[in-house]
Amino acid sequence: MDTQTLIYIFVGLSFSLYIGIAIWSRAGSTKEFYVAGGGVNPVVNGMATAADWMSAASFISMAGIIAFSGYDGSVYLMGWTGGYVLLALLLAPYLRKFGQFTVPDFIGTRYYSKAARVVAVICLIFISFTYIAGQMRGVGIVFSRFLDVPITMGVIIGMAIVFFYAVLGGMKGITYTQVAQYCVLIFAYMVPAFFISFLVTGNPIPQLGLGSTVNDGSGLYVLQKLDLVLQDMGFGAYTDGSKSMIDVFCITAALMVGTAGLPHVIVRFFTVPKASDARKSAGWALIFIALLYTTAPAVGAFARINFIETVDQTEYAKAPAWFKNWENNDLIAFYDKNDDGVMQLSSGDAFKGSPSYADTTGTAGQRMVTNPPNEESANEVYVDRDIMVLANPEIANLPGWVIALVAAGGLAAALSTAAGLLLVISSSISHDLLKSTFRPQITEKGELLAARIAATAAIVVAGYLGIYPPGWVAQVVAFAFGLAAASLFPAIFMGIFSKSMNKEGAIAGMVTGLVFTFSYIAYFKLVAPDANIAANWLFGISPEGIGVVGMILNFTIAIIVSKMTDSPPVEVRKLIDSIRVPRGAGDAAAH
Amino acid sequence: MTDNDPSVPEPNDGTNVGGPETETETNSNEKAYWSENIRLLWTLMAIWFVVSFGAGILFRDFLDQFSLGGYPLGFWFAQQGSIYVFVLLIFYYTWKMKRIERKYDLDD
Repeated sequence: MDTQTLIYIFVGLSFSLYIGIAIWSRAGSTKEFYVAGGGVNPVVNGMATAADWMSAASFISMAGIIAFSGYDGSVYLMGWTGGYVLLALLLAPYLRKFGQFTVPDFIGTRYYSKAARVVAVICLIFISFTYIAGQMRGVGIVFSRFLDVPITMGVIIGMAIVFFYAVLGGMKGITYTQVAQYCVLIFAYMVPAFFISFLVTGNPIPQLGLGSTVNDGSGLYVLQKLDLVLQDMGFGAYTDGSKSMIDVFCITAALMVGTAGLPHVIVRFFTVPKASDARKSAGWALIFIALLYTTAPAVGAFARINFIETVDQTEYAKAPAWFKNWENNDLIAFYDKNDDGVMQLSSGDAFKGSPSYADTTGTAGQRMVTNPPNEESANEVYVDRDIMVLANPEIANLPGWVIALVAAGGLAAALSTAAGLLLVISSSISHDLLKSTFRPQITEKGELLAARIAATAAIVVAGYLGIYPPGWVAQVVAFAFGLAAASLFPAIFMGIFSKSMNKEGAIAGMVTGLVFTFSYIAYFKLVAPDANIAANWLFGISPEGIGVVGMILNFTIAIIVSKMTDSPPVEVRKLIDSIRVPRGAGDAAAH
Repeated sequence: MTDNDPSVPEPNDGTNVGGPETETETNSNEKAYWSENIRLLWTLMAIWFVVSFGAGILFRDFLDQFSLGGYPLGFWFAQQGSIYVFVLLIFYYTWKMKRIERKYDLDD
């Protein structure tokens, strides 16, 4: 069977599985729709959380980013896992004990204020839409690369699938499809990783392979060899970063705290039966996540070695088939600066920007680009970093079914995250805005219908953003984490650990953190992108890491304001006492 | 601001039942439980900070003199070791908290 047929079979099978689960697990009540009935096993919830968390970016892009940034890639590895420690130790068990449906629920109740609830909803919707646009785009890209359908069609198919199980099944449907999606995506990630680790080092376990010697008789360790090869070609050493220490520190911290403040992750812990289960569940989630996250740096390093060895100083005419395949998919370009038909790699960009292809071919048969060449660099090859995962099986000459598996895995990663995000958007609208703020008299049936309508509307908006991505989408992933770190995390944290924090303090803190972080990122990413260099940054902190400063401002302002205003009423103090002890969590209380 | 949310639910944990005297007793029990939890949190958060921000970032250059197989040690902490420690921290906390909760008879 040829690879294309295999891809159709694998993707088709995985999609029917998701739809089957959706039909089996329809939600009949708001409690099932918002928190899957509140009775999900902690290990199962851990697996669902892992799928919820690992997005198209984790699956497709992360290994490539590490491959091309070496040590600097550590910010993602530590940042996107360390947040789970914060969740398990500082937030999840208490939020579960609190026992309602959404993050704004907690903030609105703890700070006895509709204004606080609405501020939380605004933060949540902004964070979630930024995030979801990227997922739908990821779905479209996988479809167009592997299944040969246009991106628009791919996004529409993805929307239809998510619509089916998110709108029908709510949190209940999402939970069980995410379990299936985790299995698909982790299998799809690990199989090629085992193969490649074995090919490069003789040790099939990627985590050990990255610390082993290369299988080429040189006796060099993988990282030593990478350092040598890269320095030879004019790059910095792989194990040295190019970012400043303060920036690495702040980005890592912003990603950790942001992870702990992301609403679609937090709500997953509302679905387990008990407060102690929330802790356990976070631990399992991190095990399932760590499996992929400790493999990614190995995949990145092996892929970089393989790529350099296959491409550098190779005649274009003799380039392997995958090189030309991905060139035809616009992810690779060869700009023959010295006109010798041989591809030379070195540091620096081959040309400015991403390639815009002309319809002509060059003397060696390569696709010509119209971009002006970057004369300061001898580098002749443009390569999109996503290739490191997508083309890995082909680069390593793995069989067709492994390639099909990677396609199904990428889709599973994107769809599972998109569904989790859609759910928090729809429940914040139907539950927090309608039921709790503007229309308290709405019936349970009416609320469930509103949740489904809101989910449908959110899917359409997300799909639109996926098909016509505004130029800023790729630029503002920093927003999601920075804003979560600067707004939601401090409010939740102080709500649990401080009895004297009141609504005035919390609202002032959230608004300050939000406005500061938003303005800083917007200025450097959207208003004046040319000024986005280290010399102009506050304390040398890039927009990716500024959420930490926003968080500190939030804490400071909140504490000062709360000292100057009335302390919270006695029933709120009782509420805090109650969420601090695990006994009596019981059912998630409906209003 | 006059937007007090009327829907503040009563705590539903059933620990504060009984007369005023039992309530004070429960409270001192809960206080002791909470301060033991906070002490444990400080310890674990310190480890969390040391393995990631410490070993992986601030003292990376120093640690890179040593190696673990083919990994420079600081690099290993940044891309592998910190993640393993994170997992251990959460499971240790889960286990330890269960014991503390039983000790104060507050488990769920």
